[in-house]
Amino acid sequence: MKRQTVFRAGAVAALGGLLLATAGCANVKPWQRGTLADSIMRADRDPIGVAMDEHVFFSREGASGGRGVGGGGCGCN
Amino acid sequence: MPIRLVKSRTTALLAAVGCWLAVAGAAGADGLKVGDHFPDLTAFKLEGKLPDALKDKVLMLDFWASWCDPCKASFPAMEELHRRYQPKGLVIIAVNVDENRADMEAFLKKNAATFAVVRDAAQKLVEKTGIATMPSSFLVDRGGTIRFAHSGYRGEETKLQYQREIESLLQK
Repeated sequence: MKRQTVFRAGAVAALGGLLLATAGCANVKPWQRGTLADSIMRADRDPIGVAMDEHVFFSREGASGGRGVGGGGCGCN
Repeated sequence: MPIRLVKSRTTALLAAVGCWLAVAGAAGADGLKVGDHFPDLTAFKLEGKLPDALKDKVLMLDFWASWCDPCKASFPAMEELHRRYQPKGLVIIAVNVDENRADMEAFLKKNAATFAVVRDAAQKLVEKTGIATMPSSFLVDRGGTIRFAHSGYRGEETKLQYQREIESLLQK
């Protein structure tokens, strides 16, 4: 296969891929955000559960304070 | 392949991508602006009863949803504005855009309103306005022209702004 043909096929494939990728994007209109605004979409909707998970994680990792809490993981606070 | 040919093809490719992105980005850019005539509300098959006399009134059209916290915060302010300025010629119409009517009704049970509330079930009117934030509101003068537009509700600051603008429109 000629080099020119390969180049052309590659360019067409890249352009097609880009068009397909961008055509798949959708803007959610401000008035359609009811589902997104639902509390179930929040990662931190259960503060006690998150605190427990973090306690277990940081204890295992020895990384207490690794998420914006005072201290550098020495376990001394 | 000659370099010139490659360059022209690359330019054409980039131009095509640019056009595509421009078209994609421009989608939804339309909407109502200050100075536009507000469309006839009766043309949008809104659920609920519109106030009878809208002619020669100053209109405040507020777009809200039950899931939107700032909308909830704006209701007491709108209630106050309604009580204060309705005798002078202000009509407030709160246009709900919830997908489920029950959500709106549950909200209104907790946040009673004496001003007009209608529901844009088909979301045609809100689509026409092209608002960027919830809530959004338009202040329309006696001639039907949009004079002020608000995006979002920021408590006392927005309320005072509403008051100033409503008073200026009522004086005309």
